[in-house]
Amino acid sequence: MRRIHRRKLLKLSGASTLAAGSGLAGILASGQAPAFAQGTTLQWLKFVDFVPVSDQLLKGKIKDECKKALGIDLSIETINGDGIQARISAAIQSRSGPDIMMAASNWGQLYAENLVDVSDIAEEVGKAQGGYFQTSRDIAYDGKRWIAMPFTILGVLFANRTSWFADVGVTPGKFPGTWDDYRAIGKQMKSKNHPYGQTLAHAFGDGPAFWYPYLWSWGGKEVEADGKTVALNSKGTVESVKFAVAFWKECFDDGGMSWDDAGNNRAFLANTISSTSNGASIYLLAKAKADTYLTESGKPLKDDIFHAPLPKGPAGQFSYHVPFSNLVPTYGKNQKAAKDFLRWFHTKDIYGEWFTSQQGFSTGTTRMWEDDPVWKVDPIMAPFRTAAESGHFAGYAGPAGRAAAEAISKFIIVDMYTKAVQGMPAEEAVKWAHAELVKIYA
Amino acid sequence: MATYGSASTVALRQQYVPAAQRGPITRLLEDERRLAFCLMLPTMVLLALFIAYPFVNGILLAVTDTRVGMPGHFVGLDNFTKIWRDDIFHVAVWNTCLYTFVTTVFKLVLGLWLALLLNRHFRGKAFMRAFILLPFIIPTVLSTFAWKWMFDPTFSVLNWVLFHVGIIQTRINWLGDPVMAMVSVIIVNVWRGVPFYAISLLAGLQTISPELHEAAAIDGARAWNRFRHVTWPLLLPVTLVIVLFSVIQTFADFQLVYVLTGGGPANATQLFATYAYQLGIGTGLLSQGAAISLAIFPILLLVVIVQLIYIRRAETL
Repeated sequence: MRRIHRRKLLKLSGASTLAAGSGLAGILASGQAPAFAQGTTLQWLKFVDFVPVSDQLLKGKIKDECKKALGIDLSIETINGDGIQARISAAIQSRSGPDIMMAASNWGQLYAENLVDVSDIAEEVGKAQGGYFQTSRDIAYDGKRWIAMPFTILGVLFANRTSWFADVGVTPGKFPGTWDDYRAIGKQMKSKNHPYGQTLAHAFGDGPAFWYPYLWSWGGKEVEADGKTVALNSKGTVESVKFAVAFWKECFDDGGMSWDDAGNNRAFLANTISSTSNGASIYLLAKAKADTYLTESGKPLKDDIFHAPLPKGPAGQFSYHVPFSNLVPTYGKNQKAAKDFLRWFHTKDIYGEWFTSQQGFSTGTTRMWEDDPVWKVDPIMAPFRTAAESGHFAGYAGPAGRAAAEAISKFIIVDMYTKAVQGMPAEEAVKWAHAELVKIYA
Repeated sequence: MATYGSASTVALRQQYVPAAQRGPITRLLEDERRLAFCLMLPTMVLLALFIAYPFVNGILLAVTDTRVGMPGHFVGLDNFTKIWRDDIFHVAVWNTCLYTFVTTVFKLVLGLWLALLLNRHFRGKAFMRAFILLPFIIPTVLSTFAWKWMFDPTFSVLNWVLFHVGIIQTRINWLGDPVMAMVSVIIVNVWRGVPFYAISLLAGLQTISPELHEAAAIDGARAWNRFRHVTWPLLLPVTLVIVLFSVIQTFADFQLVYVLTGGGPANATQLFATYAYQLGIGTGLLSQGAAISLAIFPILLLVVIVQLIYIRRAETL
């Protein structure tokens, strides 16, 4: 057994006292885990990462570093995205389960009363890292406190086929700037059998990420800034729906009516669509499997992709990126350890390791990550660097609270467009969606 | 010579064989009513734990405003009023009834047809009987994913075959068109449910004595008449029980639609269970989710009562 000399013991006790008094800096300076966390096991439930190497990093190196730095045994359970909300609900309701749970969108707002206040960590990280993007704040701050720790934002941009756009005279630098221009190009694309692709089905990520910012760009919105007055039935919304109906018929692949979140990825990778709003997953997969995903001429598909932001509408340019956060439930026995872990994980060095492994799939939650060297590695990923700046979240112009979460969950906005494309007059589709929102926001 | 049963022998035996020792439990269980209760007890406990408790809990949830993680307050029938005014709920009710009715009819007809075929003697009968159970054996989620690929707008093997055979000129948007989406989920449900009907009806068919058919055949009855006047009346009680089970299961179907369409497009395939899940889990409104689940109850109760009456009548005929 290793002997500890008196002097060493005194040094360690001094360091521990320092650690207790000076937070993470003290812990790191001491090189020893704080006494409170010794032997603690933290269970972290999270999504299976689209970038597998990131999960490998978490389950390997970062888990080991966490043990060394904090004395915490990190137990990470990764499950598919479509099953995670049921797990969170069950854990919150039964008051037992993981110590930290990764949540998508504004799920944290649904369970706010059951979540530990993480304002101290969130404010600390936000302040040190250039401030949060609006999307991070929208989903994790309830107006009084931080109910969740923003984890990451998955940037959503158009993935486009370079050669097909070049055939109609469009270069990445001159991507259509307005919906009218994008539609005009889309008409030509569809006539060449290269339609655009977008989901109009119940896909929890891609559906809202396209149709919400599309709505906002026409001046439409679910509610006023007060978060109570439903404002959907407006001239802007009706115009957006009318435009969408013609836009869909002229430019889009009608298979999108049934796509789940992976539908547009599959179609793009199979060379059937020319442009789709998505995260960087299409490009990253084409890059990772360059020999598998080829263009119709047999060249690697990865060399025929570029990214661009959504065009402007009459009311401006908007975007919606898919945010993720980590929840610390109040039932947990290791709340302090969970917060200490999150504080440690979000330090520049540790989060930076994870952020680099994402290769640009994640835009980070704070502005500091816009300056990360990762954006200089691959020019195709560069447009994601500032993508989150124009991002808003569901519920805009009001808060992204419980009602906004219910509206997303019921696919009210997406279904408004779907109904119109299926033949319902634009005014009626808007009235239907407005009435549904009134019930939700009542 | 004295016989074993004679009075003297009995007296002798009583002298050497001690009377049976009857413990208090044995004495207690000698009462048939108590014995019956003891035998029923494990079943009652199981029913109470896994049927009665969730059901009562569901009722309690439905009359409160409980959200995930938040205790609720009594709100009476507010949740039912809310869902009654909810357009999506109306769509879900209609969809569920349509889905259940159409799938039940198809499953019954196809299952009966298959059962009649399997009831004949042919080579490889045992193998065929095991083989047709496959759709029922494979986990629903797994088989539904396979169907999802077959209906995929980009990779649909069904479209590919129909196109190359020359039946279609443009692809069928199986899951994207509201009508076709409902047709698709019905097809998958029928595919999955037919083996259950077939095997259960086959079991029923095998209880019918061949002598009855032989007698009818000797009297000159043709195949259709033998089926109509011999097979069907004897098979009816079994059929009604199978239909009863199937209707209950189909009414509460969840995983098939959840995986295939998620209730879309625009709620065209939304069912009771998928909508209850969407509200209860997706938005944390447990009480409204419970109210939707409970709304199935009166409809199912009616179906069950009507069918049980028919079963009783069929049995007494």
